[in-house]
Amino acid sequence: MTATESTDVLVIGSGFGGAIAAYHLAAGGARVTVLERGPWLKADDFEHDFKLGSSYTRVFDFVIGDGMSVLGGNCVGGGSVVYFATMPRAPRFVFERHGSIGRRMWPAAISRDTLEPWYDRVAEALPITQQTWDRVPYAGGLFGAACHHAGRTANPAPSAIDVDMCTNCNWMMAGCRFDAKRSLLLNYLPAALAHGAEIRPLHEVQHLVRNDDGSYRVHYRVVDEEDYRILHGEGTIDAKIVVIAAGAGATPVILQRSEPHLGRMPQAVGRYFSGNGERLNTAVFDEDRVREVLKLSRPDGRAYEAYQIGRGPTVASWDRLDGTLPEYERYSLEQLYFPPALGTILAQVPDASPSWFGRDKKEMLRRWQSWLTIFTMSEDDNEGVFGPPPETGNAHRFSQQMLGHGPLRYQPTANTRRGWSLADADVKDILERDGLSRVMPWTNDLVGAYTVHPLASCRIGDDPATSALDDRHELRGHPGIFVTDGSAVPGALTVNPASTIAALAERAMPGIVRAARERGVEVTYGAPSPDGETAGRRAVAHLRS
Amino acid sequence: MESDEAAEHRVRTMILEAFADTIIPGEKRGPDDAAIAGVDVGGGAVAGGAIELLEDPAGGLAPALDTICVELDEYAREHAATTGLDLNPDLPPFVGLPFESRTALIEKLTSPDHPDKQMWVGLALFCNMAFDSAPHLHTVEALATGHPGLLAMGYETPDSDGLWRFPTFSYGRQLANPHPSTTATGSPA
Ligand SMILES: Cc1cc2nc3c(=O)[nH]c(=O)nc-3n(C[C@H](O)[C@H](O)[C@H](O)COP(=O)(O)OP(=O)(O)OC[C@H]3O[C@@H](n4cnc5c(N)ncnc54)[C@H](O)[C@@H]3O)c2cc1C
Repeated sequence: MTATESTDVLVIGSGFGGAIAAYHLAAGGARVTVLERGPWLKADDFEHDFKLGSSYTRVFDFVIGDGMSVLGGNCVGGGSVVYFATMPRAPRFVFERHGSIGRRMWPAAISRDTLEPWYDRVAEALPITQQTWDRVPYAGGLFGAACHHAGRTANPAPSAIDVDMCTNCNWMMAGCRFDAKRSLLLNYLPAALAHGAEIRPLHEVQHLVRNDDGSYRVHYRVVDEEDYRILHGEGTIDAKIVVIAAGAGATPVILQRSEPHLGRMPQAVGRYFSGNGERLNTAVFDEDRVREVLKLSRPDGRAYEAYQIGRGPTVASWDRLDGTLPEYERYSLEQLYFPPALGTILAQVPDASPSWFGRDKKEMLRRWQSWLTIFTMSEDDNEGVFGPPPETGNAHRFSQQMLGHGPLRYQPTANTRRGWSLADADVKDILERDGLSRVMPWTNDLVGAYTVHPLASCRIGDDPATSALDDRHELRGHPGIFVTDGSAVPGALTVNPASTIAALAERAMPGIVRAARERGVEVTYGAPSPDGETAGRRAVAHLRS
Repeated sequence: MESDEAAEHRVRTMILEAFADTIIPGEKRGPDDAAIAGVDVGGGAVAGGAIELLEDPAGGLAPALDTICVELDEYAREHAATTGLDLNPDLPPFVGLPFESRTALIEKLTSPDHPDKQMWVGLALFCNMAFDSAPHLHTVEALATGHPGLLAMGYETPDSDGLWRFPTFSYGRQLANPHPSTTATGSPA
């Protein structure tokens, strides 16, 4: 083993939680090292290619658990590189949720109102912009028109995509070739680098040890750049502050593996996992009905046949985000694109047996361009629990890249299933009206439920029994360790989570800077937006202490 | 003469082809094609390249394929016995099953309560992928050489630089009313 290095702040993971921490701490004067298990790619490296070993499988992570599969990023920039960049703020009622604990599960200090200035900072930094109907791709338009026909509302959702640069290629899950998607590679991370932060790709953190002086020693392994099943050398870095932001599927695993060295973990580490109540339905449209009923036609005369065209989810229906409805019955519906394979295999043929393979499935695939996928984000019950950690990382890696088996167990409760069935019925009602389409939910029988929005596995809260972190994101009983990623979010958000994850990370920064100072690091809080804008900084100036 | 090893590999391939063809069926390659049941027109998972994909070391299933085939044959024998089917002794048992029986057996193997479900689901997923995304090939190449799955799905072709762009992409008009309590930032209230 090589000699131990040292730094002020060690950040684990370079997604939203990691990049925001790296930027503010580096800009404030701290020495920052970021360890990221995935490779470091940029626009030119992002290929339009499904081949194993292309950027798509290099930057993507798919961990199959028992009852829940988690999809995420595996690269510098984390989920922001593979994500769809739909960035709504969470509705007000979400912060008042009780979930499975019978009382408000968010810290008293946080509500939509108190989070608003932090959302603003994120919106300024990425940036996030409002979208207009004249630039909504066909699939979003079709969903909007179907909602309208059913007496529903639908909104073009706010997005971190520069639409002028976007080619609507729908390859965004492989990384954006055109830098139209405002991933963290274009804002927080380059700004952190400019302030001297160091990012080390292909460095996978395995566990933490506490040093006698109260600092932490972080143990990592180097991942082979082509075959992620192979781990090379190991190393250690000492840090006064550790920010864990490995994502909700990985952060608790690192902590569980560290328990023998760090001492007892809070009970909520690796518990209360939420999949953000995710559920998918696929509709196959009747092109003639689209033309006759919805009066839609493309310039070339086709009615729709445009599933492939676009930029992921662009239009959402928020009619059921109604705070007066009972908990577990509120959800948003969002039009979505998933590429072939990830987006086709679990889709089911209505009234067919077998429903997910065979002759009928092939027939359904022949009509793929007439598909529309609808994404439900509902209120689940935080029922996910992590079993004992695998030997390394957060999964036993099965394929060279992308695919592995992890320790998460998820048995959806009756509450969660109720939300899903209400949403399924709603989607059917909207999309099958007047013979527009036939709809079926994806099967949960093959790989369980699935989520691209893992949350809450190491969450903030006021109650030590049901939250691993205090409301400053510090790990209870382990001073100097902070968690700022999706695992800190208390529960399902009913909308896409990255905007909220990032706002919470922004909100945590003044406190982490203060903790670093208390540990002898010369650092101050108060950096402007990554590109120098200062409106967001001014707006939070009075909130710092 | 065919070596033992080559013969074993040929048999293994037939079994895997029969499995893949049950997932996404296609047409027979010739009158003697026993692996492909021939219940559909056009290429299916086999023509899509399922065997190349399964054998690709990057995928992770390759080391398990021998065992998988032994087990498939055992399950097929059992299935034939319990459903009173006579199997052709010249064919591996799974290949000897008619399409409907292959389907029924795979439904059983991939059902939530089957102990080895994960492996059978994995096998099925790779067969699906061969047809609908051809991850053993560069996508541009797959399209240029007429990959049956991508073609059947109507997957659009890229620009000459191998990148996809859709300059015409929108109906260009408002198609629904926004939620009445949308906030100034465009988010739900
Ligand atoms: C296909 C897809 C589409 C999405 N679309 C949207 C969307 O439109 N809107 C939205 O709001 N959200 C979307 N999401 C979700 C969004 O990407 C995540 O919520 C967000 O990225 C989570 O941020 P995070 O900081 O929690 O973790 P991540 O962004 O996941 O970052 C965690 C990082 O840690 C790294 N890591 C993990 N383990 C280790 C380790 N042991 N050592 C070192 N590094 C490690 C990972 O490689 C990763 O880079 C999407 C996700 C996917 C997969």
